Amino acid sequence: MFYRQARIFHTNYADDRKLFPLFADRLMIWVLLLFAVVAPVVVSSLTLTSYLVPWLVWTAAILGLNLIIGFAGQFHFGYAAVIGIGAYTSVHAARHGVPGEIAIILGGAMSTLIGITFAFAALRVKGLYLALSTLALQFIVDWVISHVDAISGGVSATLQAPDLTLLGQAIKSDAGLYYVALGWCLMVTWFMLNLKRTGLGRALIAVREKDFAAAVIGVRSFYYKLVAFAASSFIGGVSGGILIFTFYHAVTAEQFSITVSIQALAMVIVGGLGSIIGSYLGTAFILLMPGQINSFIGWLSGAMGLGLGDETLAHIPNVIYGALIIGFLIIEPLGLGKLYANARNYLMLWPFGYSRK
Amino acid sequence: MDVMYLAELGINGAMAGLMYALVGMGVVLIYKSSSVPNLSQGGLTMMGAYVVLFFASTLGLPIWVSIPLALVTMALMGVGIERFALRPMAGRPIVMILMMTLGLDIFMEAIAMSFWGGSGRPLRLGISDDPMFLGPLLINRSYAIGAAVSLVLFVGFLFFFKTRRGVVLRAISDDYTASWSVGISVEGGVALSWAMSAVVATVAGVMWGSIQGVDQSLSLLLLKGVTVAVLGGMDSLGGTILAGLFLGALESVAAGVLDPIFGGGTRELVTAVVLILTIMIRPHGLFGRHDIERL
Repeated sequence: MFYRQARIFHTNYADDRKLFPLFADRLMIWVLLLFAVVAPVVVSSLTLTSYLVPWLVWTAAILGLNLIIGFAGQFHFGYAAVIGIGAYTSVHAARHGVPGEIAIILGGAMSTLIGITFAFAALRVKGLYLALSTLALQFIVDWVISHVDAISGGVSATLQAPDLTLLGQAIKSDAGLYYVALGWCLMVTWFMLNLKRTGLGRALIAVREKDFAAAVIGVRSFYYKLVAFAASSFIGGVSGGILIFTFYHAVTAEQFSITVSIQALAMVIVGGLGSIIGSYLGTAFILLMPGQINSFIGWLSGAMGLGLGDETLAHIPNVIYGALIIGFLIIEPLGLGKLYANARNYLMLWPFGYSRK
Repeated sequence: MDVMYLAELGINGAMAGLMYALVGMGVVLIYKSSSVPNLSQGGLTMMGAYVVLFFASTLGLPIWVSIPLALVTMALMGVGIERFALRPMAGRPIVMILMMTLGLDIFMEAIAMSFWGGSGRPLRLGISDDPMFLGPLLINRSYAIGAAVSLVLFVGFLFFFKTRRGVVLRAISDDYTASWSVGISVEGGVALSWAMSAVVATVAGVMWGSIQGVDQSLSLLLLKGVTVAVLGGMDSLGGTILAGLFLGALESVAAGVLDPIFGGGTRELVTAVVLILTIMIRPHGLFGRHDIERL
């Protein structure tokens, strides 16, 4: 019962190369998918709209960021800017009557276009300098968005997003928006799961390990870095559009500031570089933790009569957020994904751990 | 738009730029010794200013006692950061090191905010607000003093790097494996450079805090500091001074000319553009060492 690798003998290559060769993993995924499908019925509408939807869309975006940091090994400081470009483009397109699905793809295309133009210039350098040039991209995009009235609708204005229409069908219900978010997240997850098994994924990993060495064995490292930038920008841009249509319903420049970029990086680091389940866990952690911590500490200070001031309470989640990044990097640099993998490996053979090869 | 006005902007900007160079110098000191690009320099700057305020207003000490006390506290803090946060990261990929310094930045900012609150506080050094005239040009007295402090520190570092300990640091920055093999304590040298960097950050925090008040926005000096450091070359102290002069003057003139057209916020844009152009045209900066990568 516990020994989950028992009675699994692969007799042909197709079985062995399955995405999930173990029955236990497949079972878990089917159960999770089933829950995801029935979620609008079983969870309250508050949980659905304010926790599950942002979590799913952000996870999709973070998977895109993980593609460039975890797979291709290139730092990206301006991911929020990329998401913002997608969001603004798709909202503007939708306001001009473009159907929803085309508007969202346009957003992704615009992000890819700007991302790739920028990458052409930035990819000549690497490491620290690439990180700093993406930081500059973030500031420049921020500035352009907030100072060009045609984009932002004036300084610190909020641009209302119209209702999302997919295939001519207006989607208004909470459940409908949730399914849009779920669908996109699953698409990205499916892409990322399979990426490891393709030539593209292997080339990206070769570039991550050492780009010169990859070039020596015939992997065009500049080309693959460019592909990674383009793919992750596309995922980010589409996620931005979907984030606005399903969650925010309005777009302002502050939603895509440098703080958000850093938050996205924290999600990747806490989740684990290159880990897919880690992207889900890290996003949930960083996105949902501040609220939980805040109410917990508020309760604690009330119960114990600590009498903490409002300002102290407001900044404690940030303290914990910074401490988490530091702690994870020192103790478990591969993040929550690695913790999950450790637990899974331990339980895989339990209670026959000594039989491990 | 007459020439005198532009000259005034340029000179005041150049002096502000020398104060950006204070932040940049901190980044360079750490990068030189340990190749760690320190993105927590903004947090250190802000923390330094708050520690001075803590001694001065919470404990009620006179400001000229508080500043040395704060310098010592911050130097210890720099050593602590190096020991407990950065040393375990040695040899890890640059992505993780960058993320660590970012995490430290977030952590320090949040700690300062939760202790002292978000509202800005004045930090008085007793510099008078009276205008100072250099011929026909109006000069901001605080900027002039800040620029002078920055130059004094720079000259101090020039002499320091001629002393025995300074030579040791230069050896470490040249080749740390070789330094190790001749018996130099590399860890000690790196810790010393963190301490010096924290001290420089505190000075920057005090000077900027006396001009704009002490609040969270001090940590935004990071972008300027990093730009100055990259433009000057990540391992050149003299480079930061020149780059600071250039960036400060350019930024101030550009803001004076462009702000009325775009409605403000041009300073950040100028900094970002300078950063990106530097990286594209001359990634190793004005005076930096051009590293050759080996397989």
